[in-house]
Formats: sequence, structure tokens, C-alpha cells
Amino acid sequence: MEILDFVMTNLNLLGKLTLEHIGLVVVAVGLATLTGVPIGIAITQNERIATVVLYVASVLITIPSIALFGIMIPILSTIGHGIGYLPAVIAVLLYSQLPIIRNTYTAINNVSPGLREAARGIGMTSAQRLRKVEIPLSVPVIMAGVRTAVVMNIGVMAIAAYIGAGGLGVLISRGISQSDPRQLVVGAIAVSLLAIVADRSLLSLQRRLTPRGL
Amino acid sequence: MITLDNLTKIFDTDRGVVTAADHINMEVPQGEICVLLGPSGCGKTTTLKMVNRIINPTSGRVLINGQDTTDQDTVSLRRNIGYVIQQIGLFPNMTIEENISIVPKLIGWEKSRYLKRASELLEMVALDPAIFLKRYPNELSGGQQQRVGVIRALAADPPVMLMDEPFGAIDPINREVIQDEFLKLHRELKKTIMFVSHDIDEAVKMADRIAIFKDGKLIQYDTPDDLLSHPANDFVKGFVGRDRALKRLQLVTVSEVLETESSVVTAEDSLATALQRMDDAGYERAIIVVDGHDRPVGYISRSVATTTKGKCGQHSYNLRTVVRPEDDLRTVASKMFTHDATWLPCVSEQGKLMGVVTQRGITHYLGATYKSSRSDDQSIRRIRVAT
Ligand SMILES: Nc1ncnc2c1ncn2[C@@H]1O[C@H](COP(=O)(O)OP(=O)(O)OP(=O)(O)O)[C@@H](O)[C@H]1O
Ligand SMILES: [Mg+2]
Repeated sequence: MEILDFVMTNLNLLGKLTLEHIGLVVVAVGLATLTGVPIGIAITQNERIATVVLYVASVLITIPSIALFGIMIPILSTIGHGIGYLPAVIAVLLYSQLPIIRNTYTAINNVSPGLREAARGIGMTSAQRLRKVEIPLSVPVIMAGVRTAVVMNIGVMAIAAYIGAGGLGVLISRGISQSDPRQLVVGAIAVSLLAIVADRSLLSLQRRLTPRGL
Repeated sequence: MITLDNLTKIFDTDRGVVTAADHINMEVPQGEICVLLGPSGCGKTTTLKMVNRIINPTSGRVLINGQDTTDQDTVSLRRNIGYVIQQIGLFPNMTIEENISIVPKLIGWEKSRYLKRASELLEMVALDPAIFLKRYPNELSGGQQQRVGVIRALAADPPVMLMDEPFGAIDPINREVIQDEFLKLHRELKKTIMFVSHDIDEAVKMADRIAIFKDGKLIQYDTPDDLLSHPANDFVKGFVGRDRALKRLQLVTVSEVLETESSVVTAEDSLATALQRMDDAGYERAIIVVDGHDRPVGYISRSVATTTKGKCGQHSYNLRTVVRPEDDLRTVASKMFTHDATWLPCVSEQGKLMGVVTQRGITHYLGATYKSSRSDDQSIRRIRVAT
């Protein structure tokens, strides 16, 4: 009851924090997609480089977010952004690399040899093969990687409230520091709901982007 | 024309070097189908793929219409060579129309032109464009996909086609249908075709020339009839099979062994007349009864004619089956066995009697070519009759 009251009286705040949260994740994962997909495609050309890149990306993802923020504070302070929006976005961007790069790499590599050969034999240049065959066929798997990144980082972003990045994590951190279970619970539930909703809607987007016939 | 000049491919593998193609010299004349045939791993695919440089030769050259392809740009080279791979390789993210239009689009045809072309090609292989143009490959049966794979390769009308076991993935019945369709298409289009198969029956049916490979070496390169009647060595003999004489049957059509039947009777003639005509014409067993339009309606056997009196119409036996001039002798032999017949009448499209084909005629034909000398190429009859 108390919780419901809290939600009703703080609808505005809740809405603002949710939008902030979404904004952070969208920007960070968006940027991660713009970098991760090309990297994933590029490393299909060389197995050794691919191994190294994937290894680095998996090491990155094992660094606890708190530690990552800690590392970034002195570095980013030099440009006056030690805390806040920028380190939050960078952290999520780094965490998103693994699912996105790995899925892209796997998907492109898994295009069947028969199709590759048909595309070559027909006289497509490598750019044409990529654009018309390999990428369209990889869309579902790449999108699945983006989805993983989004869902995972909605949680990570909640912690970014501690470095002043805003978002729904604000409720959780305040709930803890003010010993206010209402804010804590509402914040936690909101983050989970956001993750579930994001997952569902990205899944339907993924279906929409998947070429018919696959 | 495709010319292979000392074409060699050596693969360096972990388990040592593999010579997949060993100084191959051969020439596929303009407008002919050459089938590369041999057991698994003998280098057929490797040889084929060196023509469009999916595989780069270790040494030797490929010439297309006399032009060396070694330094040619691979992309434009490939756009002039139709390529059908065994795995079919239709792009699942594209409609049938888009799949067929790929090469024409790449080489810059106008939209209206390549769309029209896609419809035309589908019709050529008996697929209704209204139904299939907008479908995706996964909405087609295996045989239909294979047909689309073939017409995709034909789309930009390339003079040369490479086909790697293009009909491998289909059941035997549909395979025959597609083979027939393809041959019909080929008679119109007259592409120069290199075709990989490991099925001797398919090779005999499709090929103008067959190239037999073993361990990367070209063992024999001959017309199907020559190959079957004069295998170069025991390997070829073994490969073409002990029933090679029977296989030759499908190379010959009825029209080539037809005995034109000059003497016939009508229903109104008496049995005595029938007997007389049999004697005059030297028919040992029977004489055919025709109607007013020269259509065979039955036959009178010699035993009936000698023992009975009356009109032919009342004593004729029904004909069990007839053949057409374009049927191959394998079909005919099969019909003869099925109906326990030593001869069968052959009729034209209008049903008119053209003559008879006899077991003895068939045996004679096969025997005669066996004895003909190898160098005497001219005497070996061409395998397909223009229709
Ligand atoms: N990329 C490759 N690397 C190493 N060896 C290869 C390669 N491709 C083919 N070979 C070897 O070359 C030989 C000829 O292979 P090829 O694929 O031409 O045979 P094929 O006659 O087409 O056989 P199949 O009927 O099984 O398709 C085989 O021994 C094969 O193992
Ligand atoms: Mg092969």
C-alpha cells in the first residue's frame, strides 16, 4: 500500500528517471552497436586477431562495474568528466562489446559455405557479398547480441547512479542511504520491469528486421 | 569453348601434398555439354572450380573462347560464367525473383528487362511466375529450388556454364524430369557446359563428351558412345559398369534403327492376302493391320494367317503398345520385355505407322558399332537427333 502511494505521488520523478535510464542505455548500446558490428565483421578475416579481440572483450565484461567506474574517475577527470554521464556511457559501451562482437562474428562466420561460394561464383565483390548476403543473413543473431547487451546493461546502469549518472538507480541508492524501503523496492522493480519490456520489444524488433524467408 | 591447358592443382595439406588435378588437357567445344565423371575425390570439382577461379590453379591455364583467363579480373570473369553449385545456394533472404535477378542487376540491366527475364526463365522450367516470383527459397521443394538454381545461372545469358552435380539433391524420378527439361533448354540455348557428375547414367544421358577422372588425372575423354563401346582401360571399364552395352541403348533413338514397314493390310483384306504379303515382304512372324488413316490398329500373326480363313479385321490381335521415333532404345527394350514382344510398331505424332523396331535390329546396331574402328569417328552416329 505504502509502495503504491509512493508510486502515485512520485509519478513524475519515476517517469523522468525511467527516461534518463533508457536514454543512457540507448546511447551506450547504440554506440556499442556502431562499433561492435564492424569489429565483429572485420575480425572474420583473421582468426588470430579474432581470438585476441574476443578475449579482450570477455576480460572487459568480467570487471565489476564499481571497479570500472573507479578506474575511470581519475582518467576522465583530466577532461572534467570523472563522474556522471560520460563514464556511465563508456562502461556500458565496453560491456556491450562482447555480446555484440561475438554474435556478429559467429553469425557472419556461420553463413553456409555453399552460400558464400554461390555469391563468389556469381561474381559479387566482397562488399556486395557482405551487404546483400552475409549481413542480412546475420541480422537475427546480431540483434540477439544487441538484446543481450541491452538487458544486461539496464542492470549495470542502475549502479551508475552512484557516480551521478542518474536513472532509476537513483531510487535504489537513495533507498539504501535513507533506509527507505519504498524507494528501494520501487527502484528495483522498475529496473526489472524495464529490462523485461526492453527484452520483449527488442525481440519483436528483431523479428521485424529478420529478412522473410529465414 | 573452354580449353584446359596443362591445368594442375596441388593442395598443401597437413597430411602432405594432394595433387587434385594433374596436367589436365582438354577442350569443350562451343555449345556442347562435357561431363566430368569419376569416383569421389578424383578432382572433378577442383578442375571445374579452376575455370571460374574459385580455386586458383597451381600451374597451367584455362582459356575461354581462346582467351587466357589467368590475368582476367575474377569478378567480371565470373559474371560471364553461369555457376550452379551442388548445394544449390539460393539466397534465403531473397525472393525467387531477386535470386534470379542478381547477376543481371550486377551487370546493370534495366529493371523492366531483368524482371521480364526472371518470368521467362521460370516459365522455361515449368514454374508459374505468378506463383513463384515472390516466394522465398524455403517455400519451394528441393526440385523446384534446383531448377531455380539452374535458371539463376542462366539469367544473364552467359556463354559458358559450370554445373557441379546440379541435380544431385533430388530423388531419381524428379532428377530424370529435370534432366530432360535441362536438355530441352540446352537444345535451344546451346551453352558451352562443364558438368560434374559421379553418376554414369546421368553422364551418358547429358553429355556430348565425357571426361573420366582418376586421382586427379584425365583418363579418357570421349563421346558417351565411344566411351561405352571402347573404354580405354580396366578402370574405365569398371567405372562404366558391366552393363555398358545396355547403357548404350539410351544413346540411340528409335528413328535410328527403324525398319520402315512397307507392307501392311487393312481390316477388309483377307487373311490369304495377309499371308501373301508376309511372304513377299519376308516378315517371319506377323503383319500390321492399319485403318484408313494409316494408323496401326492390330496385327495378324503368321500362324493365324496360315490356319484360318476370313477377313483380317476379324482375326487381328490388339497391339499391346507402340513407340515413338524419339524414344530411346532403353525405353523400347523395357517395353519389349514388359509386353513379351520381339518387335514394336512406331507411330508418328498423328498416330500414323512409321515402321517397326525389332530386337534383332537393336542387337545389330549395337554389334555394328562395337566392331567399327575407333579412328573411324564419322561412322559413329551422333547420339541425339535434332527434334
Ligand atoms: N581445399 C582443399 N584443401 C586440401 N585438399 C583438397 C581441397 N579441396 C580438395 N582437396 C582434395 O583434392 C582431391 C580432389 O577433390 P575434389 O573436391 O576435386 O574431388 P571430387 O572429384 O569433386 O570428389 P566428389 O565426387 O567427392 O565431390 C581430394 O583428395 C580432396 O581431398
Ligand atoms: Mg565434387
